[in-house]
Amino acid sequence: MEEPFVTRGFQGKGQNPTQKPLPPGQHEAHDFPVLSAGPTPKVPLAKWELRVEGMVANPLLFSWQEFLQLPAHSFQVDIHCVTKWSKTDTPWRGVSLQTILGQATPLAEGKYLMLHCYGGYTTNVPLADVLHDKAFIAFEYEGYPLTPEHGGPARVVVPHLYFWKSAKWIHKLEVMAEDKVGFWESIGYHHYGDPWKEQRYEEE
Amino acid sequence: MKWQLAQLIGIQRETARIKSFLFQLPQPISFLPGQHMDIRLRAADGYEAQRSYSIASASERTQQITLTIDLLPQGEVSGFMHEEARIGDFFELKGPIGGYFVWKAHHQRPLYLIGGGSGLVPLMAILRTRDMLEAKVPAHLLLSMRSEEHFLYKQELDQMEKEDTDLQLRVTYSGKAPLSWEGNKGRISEGLLAQGLAELPATPLCYVCGPTAMVEYVATTLVDLGVGRALVRTERFG
Repeated sequence: MEEPFVTRGFQGKGQNPTQKPLPPGQHEAHDFPVLSAGPTPKVPLAKWELRVEGMVANPLLFSWQEFLQLPAHSFQVDIHCVTKWSKTDTPWRGVSLQTILGQATPLAEGKYLMLHCYGGYTTNVPLADVLHDKAFIAFEYEGYPLTPEHGGPARVVVPHLYFWKSAKWIHKLEVMAEDKVGFWESIGYHHYGDPWKEQRYEEE
Repeated sequence: MKWQLAQLIGIQRETARIKSFLFQLPQPISFLPGQHMDIRLRAADGYEAQRSYSIASASERTQQITLTIDLLPQGEVSGFMHEEARIGDFFELKGPIGGYFVWKAHHQRPLYLIGGGSGLVPLMAILRTRDMLEAKVPAHLLLSMRSEEHFLYKQELDQMEKEDTDLQLRVTYSGKAPLSWEGNKGRISEGLLAQGLAELPATPLCYVCGPTAMVEYVATTLVDLGVGRALVRTERFG
């Protein structure tokens, strides 16, 4: 086997023994960086809507008040951004996507989900990746309402995939039979995005 | 896209905290201004650190690219590049990466580039490309710099502005302005943003890069001033 390349003089800062293992190429961020492709949308709560559409038996439409009446839970998860930072044990409060999609009842042909956001952002995830409490729609972070630059009033969190899959400013969940690409996926980013397999970019 | 083993062939100091690194790649790459490269450092024990840095040089099919790197406090990769990297060393690079915060020379809209500190780097790649291609759509560069000592690429920008009547450069010093300075001081304001819009002949394509608070303010204000959301592209640092 080929000898792995070593950068001359580089030893690294040494792993912090208390550091949780992170996916390859990631480092722990102590702040909470913001990455968005454009201006932060402003959505008045009175006009906010969450829709569930597509291949479902019962399309749904929640107002903000209705959304807040769904059973909420606290989630403590590690998040991994494709731009190389991770944060461990981030505390959120939100509604499991299982709860929401369960009410909508996806049809048997529904295998994928497109997340549509205020501001026009989109991202795709397999339906199986967001069921069974693996993902949620968060409305609080560290005990406070989610701020707009971090996706408030409400964002999706899919902690086991790169964080661009955790769509900010969520507006609509579209259940689809076929996989389609979202915003970043259409310009070179990986269609699935498993950080542990370092699926950052779609290989050519 | 694979990791390439690139050789460091030049280091240039831009400011006390910022240096540019010129790399020779084994294969030519094509990139768009605004894209970045990933760099990976690997220790003998297998430990690795990766970061992304904006390409600063003009876009062309090339085997040489410049990355401009801001030295961050406790920055593992930026610290190594600033203090340990020597000309002749090899580095693993991957890229180019990023497909939205990019400018294409066939875009006919005027350009409104707004940057804070080292957020200027990808904007500089746009200006250098525009210069190289002589694709002289009108351009307005609005910068917020802490002081003259923090103002990277200053000479080159002054020269570019002098030789190019379609390029206007406006600076505001957010910290310590030079003694003789009679221009703008303080942070980028709605008034400054509106002035740039008024001076451009049509609604521009806007590229905003800098610290998060600055980018949030600028992007929101541009939309409030009537620029369509789809015309405002952002990149936030930290």
